Amino acid sequence: MADLLRLSDLDEGESAYVAEITAAPGMDRRLTDLGLVLGTRVTCLLTSPAGDPRAYWIRGALIALRKADTDGISVMRQEKVVAQAVPR
Amino acid sequence: MSRLHATVALAGNPNVGKSTLFNALTGLRQHTGNWAGKTVATARGEYRYMGKTYALVDLPGTYSLATQSQEEQVAQEYIASGEADAVVVVCDATCLERSLILALQVLELTGDVVVCVNLMDEARRLQIDVDPEALSQELGVPVVAVSAGREDGLEELKRVVAEAVGEKRQPKAPAEPAERVSLAARYAAEVVRAQEADRMRRQRRLDRILTSKATGIPVMLLLLGLLVWLTVAGANGPSAVLTALFARLEGVLAAALASAPAWVQGLVLDGIYRVTAWVVAVMLPPMAIFFPLFTLLEDLGYLPRVAFVLDHAFQKARTCGKQALCMCMSLGCNACGVTGCRIIESPRERLIASLTASFIPCNGKFPTLIALITIYFVGGRAGLLPSLEGAALLLGTLILGAAGALGCSRLLSATVLKGMPTSFAMELPPYRKPRVGQVLIRSVLDRTLLVLGRAVKVAAPAGAVIWLAANVQLGGQSLLSWCTGALDPFARLFGMDGVILTAFLLGWPANEIVLPVMLMAYLATGSLVQLEDFTALGALLTQHGWTWVTAACTMLFSLFHWPCATTCLTLYKETGSLKWTGLAMVLPTALGLGLCFVLRLVVQLFCPV
Repeated sequence: MADLLRLSDLDEGESAYVAEITAAPGMDRRLTDLGLVLGTRVTCLLTSPAGDPRAYWIRGALIALRKADTDGISVMRQEKVVAQAVPR
Repeated sequence: MSRLHATVALAGNPNVGKSTLFNALTGLRQHTGNWAGKTVATARGEYRYMGKTYALVDLPGTYSLATQSQEEQVAQEYIASGEADAVVVVCDATCLERSLILALQVLELTGDVVVCVNLMDEARRLQIDVDPEALSQELGVPVVAVSAGREDGLEELKRVVAEAVGEKRQPKAPAEPAERVSLAARYAAEVVRAQEADRMRRQRRLDRILTSKATGIPVMLLLLGLLVWLTVAGANGPSAVLTALFARLEGVLAAALASAPAWVQGLVLDGIYRVTAWVVAVMLPPMAIFFPLFTLLEDLGYLPRVAFVLDHAFQKARTCGKQALCMCMSLGCNACGVTGCRIIESPRERLIASLTASFIPCNGKFPTLIALITIYFVGGRAGLLPSLEGAALLLGTLILGAAGALGCSRLLSATVLKGMPTSFAMELPPYRKPRVGQVLIRSVLDRTLLVLGRAVKVAAPAGAVIWLAANVQLGGQSLLSWCTGALDPFARLFGMDGVILTAFLLGWPANEIVLPVMLMAYLATGSLVQLEDFTALGALLTQHGWTWVTAACTMLFSLFHWPCATTCLTLYKETGSLKWTGLAMVLPTALGLGLCFVLRLVVQLFCPV
């Protein structure tokens, strides 16, 4: 699990795959509705002037998320590893 | 009246052009009551196909059918009730995978589904190719490709819906949310062929300019500044034309009332008619300019970027970034800003946004602010530099208003509306070519005329009150001068005078008439007065004891005082509570009086005039 990092740590232009979601109640449902589930590829595309929120490319849509919410999402850089670490 | 053949519901994510489709199908025969592009209540309309009448129900745009928000609950309950003979799920061709998640959810509730892949024209521009037949194979329900904005594919949609109405297909077995997501991904992978298009890269480049650290905020200030400038500058001409028109009409009315007693003529003509005509003449043109431009920015997809750029400040105030959009709308009209707060999902954050909407000056306050800035702070000089100075000061006033709104939101978050911000996930839709034309004009007319209607309702009785105050004599003085005299000592504590405070009180129906009522009181005339010439206006004010401190205090109080009557009415309608409406009046008033008091005190202590 060496290369597990928080989604909020992802820099602009970087992509990663969702490995674990520990979001506030309600938020996990909203993330699922937006298509952000385990294994989803997420790309950080934009950073707002204050550095927070950032906008992520999720399944063909650009979604703005706050750091407070993306802190609870762990991601990995390689897809394969995620598939192994998270049994379906 | 023709009998209904079937009822068809429209479901879909926000921003997929559902309302455009609704309007295109019903031919705008129905009032949709949409605000800020959002359908909150279910709108109903009708269309005819092959001699039969279909009722069309536009459900709120949602990402899900979970019962988390009011909108989701409305949509979920309606579809589950089976009231609709068919449900059309509107999908976004440019973002099909995400749209399919909702479609799969709907398919678990009812089998009578037609999937409508909208925005095909957008997708083509972005070099995204969607195969409707393949999707139909995968989903097992009919799929129709349309471009609602260009009315492409509508006949086909009506035909397919007509066929689907008779069939009673079984819903799919319920699936886990994550399962649905992977299923949607698999289907999308099968039917969508996308290339990394130039246009996509252009979208990202535009995004970087509009939201980056270096350019995001300057570009936003520039665009909003331009919006305000166009509104203020563009409204002068039409306002003058309307004023002239109403003056002609007043002549006709006067002739009709020639035989009536003098007091009736005064009350009806100088009171009710003139104030109402005044409000219409000064209110209609700026709103008719502001809202089309605002809708244009909305249609382009820029407004969510404003919320993105400013969200951090709202996070600090423990509210929602979408409040920035309500504040932008408040620039045009506070009442619209209050209604616009419906786009905020969390009830606590929505209430905070409504209560602080009036901290942003609406265009009804601009003429007063501009006049006072020009006379007292730019020194009435003409030319490029002073006008830039004036613009900067006006912008500063706007920023002060925004700061007040944010500060007050934070205060509310810490006290009566205690809480932490709920999680925030906001879509930044792709930039789109605005759909100018009928839809835009109609939505704008709806917005403008609705507010104007409410304004006239309060302006007419207020006109009567203003006239009576100025003309009923008591002990050799008019009621108005009794009132200004009585308020004078109190007003002086805050750097103003009795006349100014009275004008704000009588200007409750509309901020546009505050300055005219002030002049009416100073000149002791019996009806509203307008002075176009700033030099003459400045001379008159100075003659009545105004200094730059008076002007600054009046501007501060103009920025922060009770919301106008239309806004209060709207606040009451939206919150359903006199308590919250009252708080929305007390908050800005307390802040305004506080700031005026401090300013006057500081000036008195450190640089006595």
